[in-house]
Amino acid sequence: MQIKKKTLRKFGTVSFFVLPALIIVITLIVAPLLMSMFNSLFSWNQMVRLDFIGFDNFKALFTKYPYQERFFNALKNNAQWFVMTMVIQNGFGLLFGYLLSRRIAGSEFFKRVFFLPVLFSIVAVGFLWGLYLSPNGLLNAILKATGKPEWQQAWLGNAKYANNALILVNIWRWVGFPSLVFLAAIDMVPVESIEASLLDGANSWQTFWKVIFPLIIPSLTIVFVLTIIGSLNVFEQVYCMTGLDGSPNFATDTIGTLFYRTAFGSVDAGNPEIGMGSAISVVIYLLTFCFSLISIVTTRSKEVEL
Amino acid sequence: MITDLRYRHASIGQKIFIICSIIVMSIYVVLIIYPIFNMFISSFKTTREILQHPFSMPSSYSFKNIRILWIDKHFGLYFANSFLITVVAMVFVLLFGSMASFGISRYTFKGNMLLYMIFLSGIMLPLKAAVIPLFMLIKKLNLVNNRLSCILIFTGMGLPSTVFILAGFMKSIPKELEYAGRIDGCSDVRIYWQIFMPLCASSIALVTIYNAVPIWNDFFFPLVFLQRDSIKTLPVGLSSFFGTNSTNWEMLFTGLSVAILPMIILYLFMSKYFIKGMTAGAVKS
Repeated sequence: MQIKKKTLRKFGTVSFFVLPALIIVITLIVAPLLMSMFNSLFSWNQMVRLDFIGFDNFKALFTKYPYQERFFNALKNNAQWFVMTMVIQNGFGLLFGYLLSRRIAGSEFFKRVFFLPVLFSIVAVGFLWGLYLSPNGLLNAILKATGKPEWQQAWLGNAKYANNALILVNIWRWVGFPSLVFLAAIDMVPVESIEASLLDGANSWQTFWKVIFPLIIPSLTIVFVLTIIGSLNVFEQVYCMTGLDGSPNFATDTIGTLFYRTAFGSVDAGNPEIGMGSAISVVIYLLTFCFSLISIVTTRSKEVEL
Repeated sequence: MITDLRYRHASIGQKIFIICSIIVMSIYVVLIIYPIFNMFISSFKTTREILQHPFSMPSSYSFKNIRILWIDKHFGLYFANSFLITVVAMVFVLLFGSMASFGISRYTFKGNMLLYMIFLSGIMLPLKAAVIPLFMLIKKLNLVNNRLSCILIFTGMGLPSTVFILAGFMKSIPKELEYAGRIDGCSDVRIYWQIFMPLCASSIALVTIYNAVPIWNDFFFPLVFLQRDSIKTLPVGLSSFFGTNSTNWEMLFTGLSVAILPMIILYLFMSKYFIKGMTAGAVKS
């Protein structure tokens, strides 16, 4: 009897502390996720759920015009986001992180300035660079002033350059983040390991790749996973710089903008399509989950214990 | 910590390396500072001046543009909405997040791990993709075009990382402090509020920064849920305004300056905490 009272009391106390947050997280995060999966299996008339149709929405997404064309085009653009961010942004992040860790003159100043754009709203960054990249914007003015007028472009209006331009603007904004993550990780590498390798006659290049790099792989995993999540969720940048339909001619369309158009005003017609939208959101969930898992597993296997 | 590289005692090769590094980093600094600088000076110019002399300094400094924007274009209102939503959401995030962290990290019970996993799932899954069911839920609660919708969603968005960081920190606090409190007759709530919360002050600062920046800047959820003009937030206000007046360059630059300025000021005062806050959450795991 005594014990039962005690567990009951503990149950009450724990509930008091955990329940408010748990209710919010379950109703606003977990339940919507499950609902998306459920909704994707039905046909819809605007906001009204009709019949259970199994995986037909997914089938349409992968095989039927215009969904199939838009979806794979968007997926290709997302892949481009991922590859360029991974190589350019994280490459520079690693370089800057390493340079900052050597405390070269001015590193405190560099560190602070690098991180500044991370704090700006995507909308402000998008519009600012949208202006600079416009036909009579700053970049073209610079090209003209430096004697390369033939290089001038409507950077966001030309399908050849538009997506790359968006990605580079986003990289401009984010480089500071991986730099600081890598800096923090390199700072945690014990100085004995580095001294030992230097005593063994290794140069800085060898020390970095053979000693420091293997030890900072956990931070690499984090940056990889965040890059994956980020590249699959591109939306604001496109919305602000080239518009919701990913102009010109869907060259900058991403799954995020396709999802938004499908859910709130359809791909080509103009009505919300809840079933298709839910199917796209389930694909986003699955892709995020699978790729995160793959990058965690593959980098984990390369991790080194001290 | 890795060895420092000082110019004075470096070999020739190292000196070249140092100089090249500084040049590369300086180029990126210019790439960051110049657009921001150009944006601020352009907010003093007239559209004509901007088009004719994009790089020159403004011919006169007046705050006319800012006044028009702040009052006639409702930017004061948007700013107030953003501020209110961010502050209230952060109060909820910190209160409920720290309570949940305390419950999970200080009591052993069945399902402890499961609870922790439920909270963690929110970190990996993009909430944006759940907007359709969220929209239906908010509609059912009759909260469309009500600031409470975004406050609730941002609270949900902030809780997972808060629980992750705070529960990790609370686990490291020694049990003895808790026992001492109990012997003195403290209730569980007092142990949480008077012993644990003060001890967590630094982690709470970290969590605040980590969550407040994305909430302040969020564009997606206010875009969907706050469509009436009087309750829009700053990022959405910015976009709706620019959509209709895309040729009015002086207003464009002024609006951008207003949107970015608070973050720059905050950052100048708190850059140390910002940097710690943004990295610590990522590196600790």
